[in-house]
Amino acid sequence: MASDAQLRRENRVVIAHVYTSTAAIALGAVFGVFQGFARTSVFGAPAWFDYYRILTLHGVLMALVFTTFFITGLSLFVTYRSIPRARSLTMGWFGWWLMVAGTAMAAVTILMGDATVLYTFYAPLKASPWFYVGATLLILGTWVVAFEIFENVAYFRRNNPGAVLPLVVFGAAATFLMWLIATLGVVAEMGLLIPWAFGWTKGIDVMLTRMFFWYFGHPLVYFWIMGAYLIWYNIIPTRYGGNTFSDALTRLTFIMLLLLSTPVGIHHEFMEPGISSGWKMLHTLTTYGVAIPSFITAFAIFASFELAALARGKRGFIATVASLPWNDPVFSGAGLGMILFIIGGFGGLVNASYSMDTLVHNTIWIVGHFHVTVGGPVALSFLGAAYWMIPRLTGRALWKPEWALFQTRLWFFGMLIMSFSMHFAGLLGAPRRTAEVGYMGAAAAQAWQPLMLLAAAGGFFLFASIITFAIVAIGTLVQNEKTEPMDAVFATPADAAAPTPGFLQHLYRWGAVAIVLAVLAYVGPLGELLRHPGYLAPGMRTW
Amino acid sequence: MHVHKYERWWMLFGTCMLVVFLTIIGVAAFLDNINPPSGMQRIDPTRVAQTPPFDSPGLHKRADGTYEAYYVAQVFSFTPATLTVPAGSRVTFYVTSSDVVHGFFIPNTAINMMAIPGWVNEQTHTFDRPGEYLLLCHEYCGIGHQNMFAKIEVR
Repeated sequence: MASDAQLRRENRVVIAHVYTSTAAIALGAVFGVFQGFARTSVFGAPAWFDYYRILTLHGVLMALVFTTFFITGLSLFVTYRSIPRARSLTMGWFGWWLMVAGTAMAAVTILMGDATVLYTFYAPLKASPWFYVGATLLILGTWVVAFEIFENVAYFRRNNPGAVLPLVVFGAAATFLMWLIATLGVVAEMGLLIPWAFGWTKGIDVMLTRMFFWYFGHPLVYFWIMGAYLIWYNIIPTRYGGNTFSDALTRLTFIMLLLLSTPVGIHHEFMEPGISSGWKMLHTLTTYGVAIPSFITAFAIFASFELAALARGKRGFIATVASLPWNDPVFSGAGLGMILFIIGGFGGLVNASYSMDTLVHNTIWIVGHFHVTVGGPVALSFLGAAYWMIPRLTGRALWKPEWALFQTRLWFFGMLIMSFSMHFAGLLGAPRRTAEVGYMGAAAAQAWQPLMLLAAAGGFFLFASIITFAIVAIGTLVQNEKTEPMDAVFATPADAAAPTPGFLQHLYRWGAVAIVLAVLAYVGPLGELLRHPGYLAPGMRTW
Repeated sequence: MHVHKYERWWMLFGTCMLVVFLTIIGVAAFLDNINPPSGMQRIDPTRVAQTPPFDSPGLHKRADGTYEAYYVAQVFSFTPATLTVPAGSRVTFYVTSSDVVHGFFIPNTAINMMAIPGWVNEQTHTFDRPGEYLLLCHEYCGIGHQNMFAKIEVR
């Protein structure tokens, strides 16, 4: 165990990352609730309200800032606590400053109305070049954090020859290795967008930018999910006195996610020209493959629940579920998130299904899907994990834990209501990303209106939930005098005695395989685009 | 590496499910020819109005009795703004964009595609039921995106 002063120095870095993340979700939720009401025919939007600017802020804050800062904070935390050493914190801070500088730069351009391009920034919508530069800095900052984690892995291996890397650090390192490979896509895209936005190049190859974006855009989703799995496998079992089901299978899960998260991105581009249907079919296949580590996880989580229940003499499904600590805000966040992930998983299989995607592509079904995934298992697990981390970071007991518990439940119900209405409205044809969906009273649009109102109500619960979270998080910092020890204990695997197979320990060799798979999945479609260079679009500002 | 017996069954079950799903998609694609739109034809986005057949957008009847409909998407409208097609007709839609990325979506039909500057996308639908259909842009394209829609009348 490191000294108290050392712990506090490390904690300050992690607090910076985690609190930046929670500030982003709080702001994002404020913008979100406005959007929900603006889309309804009953409330509508006031004249001064710029729906698309607010939507851009909401998307960037939630999808890119909240999630990324939380995963960097969580991963640094688990790495520092699992590998105690006298360490320099320069990299942790440098990464944070780069990420914050990039976020601030992008946020200012959006607020000024110079980057109303939504979080996907599809060319040839042409934002201020500083928006793209800011987003690039945010990514480069995460690379610094990635190398900080890899450096600690190398330190551990150097000083513990023959020892197996702690499971939680293995997971964090696999997550950032996947992220490093995936973000190459968006950095390549920025290499096209930045010179074009500055006016140094005359036009942009639209399909090329979209392929680069989705090469990054889907693994982005798995980056979030790997963050949630890190919590589910390593922290949650400690809340019910259980164990991680299996060390080897957990490592296998993270390796499979490292391998299969990237070669799937074209399932976001099924409805686009310029990509042959064969490549679309290939990416359907690989997307189905990435469901397998989630199957393993579903089994492992329930097996861990059941073993803990059996140890207390509880048998059967109902007794097992009832024996779980649902009144603990940390468990409640992850547990309710898991329930939402079941819905999200089914929806995801529809979206990835080649021809079936025609029914839902770019409808508000998709918005319902990613809210019940990133806003469900991911956000709820992160908020629950924040309740676990904050006392360990500040040395103060959580202020108002009963409010924290209420917050997770309110979020769960708000998300159920909102995502149900969005899924359903999407099946009826309501489009996503549209300020109002009345279409001058068109018959087809009538059926959507009550569902938009229901979605807004769900959004209001989510907003109220995040305000509660902010009160607990800030209250713990300023209000609570009760102290708590800062040591972090991670779950031990039930099969800890069994040796970890050697092939599950080679992180970087699997990283090389992941690169090969990504190249194999993209060499065809990318080659198809590059073989006959197309027309360049000049681009414009349409807002 | 030890894998629990139940876990093997579970993995087998999951994999079988995926195989069943993929088989259904494969049958639909290869036997019924249900594929997403994948137009491979290119067009100069700065010269759409001068490039046939997009210089005269609208409905054209083919010799075999089916129709082709040419659409130009631009901020914030579709050309043509209204299209009248006879009930029961089979229409292949061809769409391109002369500026930014747009969507081309007709709710309650299987027409759903992206209009990308520099490319022509295409999809076919048979309009069995008469009535008024809404054609809307479902990709954010700028400040007036919510006003970008058109009408298709099936008589």
